[in-house]
Amino acid sequence: MNRVVITGLGCISPIGSTVPAFRESLFSGTTGITPISGVEDTPHGLPGVRFTQSATVQDFDPTQHLDSGVIAASNRNTQFAIVAARQAAQQSELTKHHAPGDIAIVMGCACGGRSSEEHEVKGLYTRDARAHPLTIVRTMSSAGASQISIDLKITGPTFDISTACASATHAMGLAFHMVRSGMATAALTGGHEAPLSFGFYRAWDSMRVVSPTRCRPFSVDRDGMTLGEGAAIFAIETLDSALARNATIYGEIVGFGMSADASHITQPQAEGAATAMSKALVDAGVSPDEVGYINAHGTGTQANDATESAAIHQVFGAHAAHIPISSTKALHGHAIGASGALEALATVLGLQEGRLPQTAGVTAPDPSLNVDVIINEPRPTGPTIALSNSLAFGGLNAVIALKTWA
Amino acid sequence: MDDIAKRSIEIIAKAKNIPTDTINLDTSFEELNIDSLDKINISFEVEEAFDIAIPDDALGSLKTVGDVVRGVEQLVAAKAGSAPPAAAATS
Repeated sequence: MNRVVITGLGCISPIGSTVPAFRESLFSGTTGITPISGVEDTPHGLPGVRFTQSATVQDFDPTQHLDSGVIAASNRNTQFAIVAARQAAQQSELTKHHAPGDIAIVMGCACGGRSSEEHEVKGLYTRDARAHPLTIVRTMSSAGASQISIDLKITGPTFDISTACASATHAMGLAFHMVRSGMATAALTGGHEAPLSFGFYRAWDSMRVVSPTRCRPFSVDRDGMTLGEGAAIFAIETLDSALARNATIYGEIVGFGMSADASHITQPQAEGAATAMSKALVDAGVSPDEVGYINAHGTGTQANDATESAAIHQVFGAHAAHIPISSTKALHGHAIGASGALEALATVLGLQEGRLPQTAGVTAPDPSLNVDVIINEPRPTGPTIALSNSLAFGGLNAVIALKTWA
Repeated sequence: MDDIAKRSIEIIAKAKNIPTDTINLDTSFEELNIDSLDKINISFEVEEAFDIAIPDDALGSLKTVGDVVRGVEQLVAAKAGSAPPAAAATS
């Protein structure tokens, strides 16, 4: 089997729309969570919900990147995807060194073009309006994968995965397995999402899991998640091809595990998360005590953080309390289907730089969780193995294992 | 240039993100790189602007900006219950 490495990185995010900008915010602890404003189709730009903050991408102007035809035919999430994929592909020079048919595109996107659909539905239900003829191509969840293939002229296996908040991690895991097995020699993989519409805000408000203040995972006084948007995309390829062309390597993907809780549509179960982590370790061929960092799903809800901590204890036993963990959602928010990709990017940068990102905003770590939460500032580390967890509503769990390239 | 022509050109210019002064009635869709998706997009915007319905079989015959303007003039005139201006109908 091939070893698989990361040779290109790209992102559009609330904490930076280039990887250097994301890196700067990540390690300085600068949050992208800001007051909600300018929500389309709402009175005064406000969705009328109990919470006041979200993590939005502030500096994205599609006309700076895309032609008018692509802009007209795409929702914001797809525009993020195209631009982030370009960043990763250009950095790795992927299409120069791999045949178009040997490159896979595997994207995570759960919400599709939700805001475009909502806008059309509003017209339909309020004034019997016709739908815009580009509504279908704007709203289909697979549009991001398609538009990347069109933009970069990549003809290999191309598809979208929708598993709610685990979408991007499932996508990256499958892309990793495809390259490891030789089905493809390289891939562009990650996630993209831009779901922050009027109806989306209202629906989450009704679930009563969004923080009325600000997401602070693993904090003793945590009170919920903060919604977000963004994209992160990786160029990955076989180690052999990267070495042969002397490519810059940002990290190695070594394992992937997944599971289903088979229990409840919203209540997470520790057993399911533990199974996914254990399977990722087995897939990587590493023992639990080799893990030196976990980028947690860490939504900041009472239920997630307690269940995820319990799962970590199940998998790692006595070692659990000594593994540094953090949730970077306090910085970039919870970007649903893209969240796993943003967190994998934070993990890769942490391993590459030898400093693990902190969990912003923690008042004091919740002692009942008995986990070693990185707070206040990044923590130095030597070369190690890291897990990035994604634990979705509906009990769909995906965990990817990454290793420092040294 | 009458209002229909002016408004139609504005719609096409906006759809292709180009200045209106680069478009005239003789400009072809080919010159503007208007593909089938652009065509349905522009048709929708034109329909919305003039409150008309462009028949499916008319879409395929649109080759120039002038074709759009003449088609709109005919449909607007038909809607108003009067015959289209002779010059617009035959030019």
